Amino acid sequence: MSGRALRAWAWAAMVLVGLAAPYLVYPVFAMNVLCLALFASAFNLLLGYAGLLSFGHAAFLGSAAYVTGITLRTWGLPTELGVLAGTAVATLLGLVFGALAIRRSGIYFAMITLGFAQLVYFLVVQLPWTGGEDGLQGIPRGKALGVLALDGPITTYYFVYAAFLAGFWLIQRAIHSPFGHVLRAIRENEPRALSLGYDVARYKLLAFVLSAALSGLAGSLKAVVLQFASLSDVHWHRSGEVVLMTLLGGMGTVLGPSVGALLVVTLENYLADVGSWVTVITGAVFVACVLAFRRGIVGEVRALVRRSFIGGKP
Amino acid sequence: MPEETILETRDLVKEFAGFVAVNGVSLRVARGSIHALIGPNGAGKTTVFNLLTRFLPATRGAILFKGDDVTHARPAEVARRGIVRSFQMSAVFPALTALENVRVALQRPLGTSFHFWRSERTLDALEARAVELLAAVGLEADRDTVAVELPYGRKRALELATTLALDPELLLLDEPTQGMGHEDVGRVVALIRRVAAGRTVLLVEHNLSVVQDLARRVTVLARGAVLAEGSYDEVSRDPAVLEAYIGATP
Ligand SMILES: Nc1ncnc2c1ncn2[C@@H]1O[C@H](COP(=O)(O)OP(=O)(O)O)[C@@H](O)[C@H]1O
Ligand SMILES: [Mg+2]
Repeated sequence: MSGRALRAWAWAAMVLVGLAAPYLVYPVFAMNVLCLALFASAFNLLLGYAGLLSFGHAAFLGSAAYVTGITLRTWGLPTELGVLAGTAVATLLGLVFGALAIRRSGIYFAMITLGFAQLVYFLVVQLPWTGGEDGLQGIPRGKALGVLALDGPITTYYFVYAAFLAGFWLIQRAIHSPFGHVLRAIRENEPRALSLGYDVARYKLLAFVLSAALSGLAGSLKAVVLQFASLSDVHWHRSGEVVLMTLLGGMGTVLGPSVGALLVVTLENYLADVGSWVTVITGAVFVACVLAFRRGIVGEVRALVRRSFIGGKP
Repeated sequence: MPEETILETRDLVKEFAGFVAVNGVSLRVARGSIHALIGPNGAGKTTVFNLLTRFLPATRGAILFKGDDVTHARPAEVARRGIVRSFQMSAVFPALTALENVRVALQRPLGTSFHFWRSERTLDALEARAVELLAAVGLEADRDTVAVELPYGRKRALELATTLALDPELLLLDEPTQGMGHEDVGRVVALIRRVAAGRTVLLVEHNLSVVQDLARRVTVLARGAVLAEGSYDEVSRDPAVLEAYIGATP
């Protein structure tokens, strides 16, 4: 099986599972998974394909959630416009932060992105229209395209699912585009890419902005789904969680981040009763998985499939 | 008739925190020639390459390529103008196949390298040319081998194929035969002679018989400064060179 065929199968599986999901599990749970899966996939575009570890991605998720909340609640815009507004703000933030951080690498890059995210957190706490500690409550889901009322969970689910598929498709397309190939070359050997005439900083910046934009889309959808935006969406815990989901599922794989998101959300859901032990248990699972599956769950499965079907190297 | 100069440096200086690694180097490389830069370890040869390709900013001095001042150009721009380097440590994209390595270099002129919405299938059009380049360095059988798995000599050949994909006017080769067995050295020498047709090569090389074989002009660097310049025969008879360079290597 070729890489392209494998990807086609992954797609088919994903579309089918996604279509059936709201009849198999609670729609709100499924939607929450979709939002975080998109978030993790957007993060993976940056970490897995550009080799950049951002520790501030909550800023994009969270700011988009707030912007969408405000536009839907105070202006009563159609849902998709609220989502677009949130995404646009995250994209701009990504452009500004990226332009300032992109020439740093490794731990410095991570720290600068964390610093910016803390700045966003501070603003959200201080600004008058964000609801401070309480967050934004009671965001209306509104009407999609001005006609389709998103009042039922199933309708909302398919709206969110369509947006997720669009975002997910864009990420996969970017990875397998001419741009994606340059990005991979830069990750593999930056000086060499530079010596071939590629302005590496510009390519990284574009990857960063794309990642921020799609993280924003995830945040906007999340605000629509849960009907609130809260400080936890801009908190650095979120930035850490997305690293965890990506590594758990398998960085640099198509489905890995989504699998990681599913796992983390499931754990958090089913362990909600045990209170603060959630963090400890998630941490333990994370450590166990990283020790057992260095490439993440999907990364290990992929290596296994390649060994058995292609006879090639992982 | 005086030869046309393709690359000129004027009083190039590079200081690292007070330590002068390159000390007033003025070079003239004639178009179409193979010009060697030799000197003992630590003489500053790789640093000169880093200055020429703008991987490092020069402390003082000027660099002129085809008469244009490129002293302050960005590294990617220098490459696009036609100065392409190889690295002392082989520089391939390890997780990409040999074909993909070469294709990345071919891709830039398409002008679609920022197009994240386009399918990678648009790159298939480059495959024929990539295969041709691989064949030119004897790697046609390795086209689908991941670069990290190629033996050392082939990695260097792949690096050369990738460099040639840009069709550079000026090729900077940093110790292309380093770490190679006798047979590989012979192959690389033949390869360099072949690819030098129609372009200029500035070559850093430790193996003096390779230098003697290939280079029309030789510049000897010692402790960051030019010690001598001339044909191989001229510099190899120069007493200062014998003392600083040949005397220093057993
Ligand atoms: N980035 C750097 N920072 C500090 N010193 C350096 C750096 N690069 C090279 N040097 C020093 O400059 C001198 C020349 O190095 P190099 O150009 O690599 O020599 P060569 O290639 O001729 O063997 C050496 O003493 C080396 O230690
Ligand atoms: Mg050197």
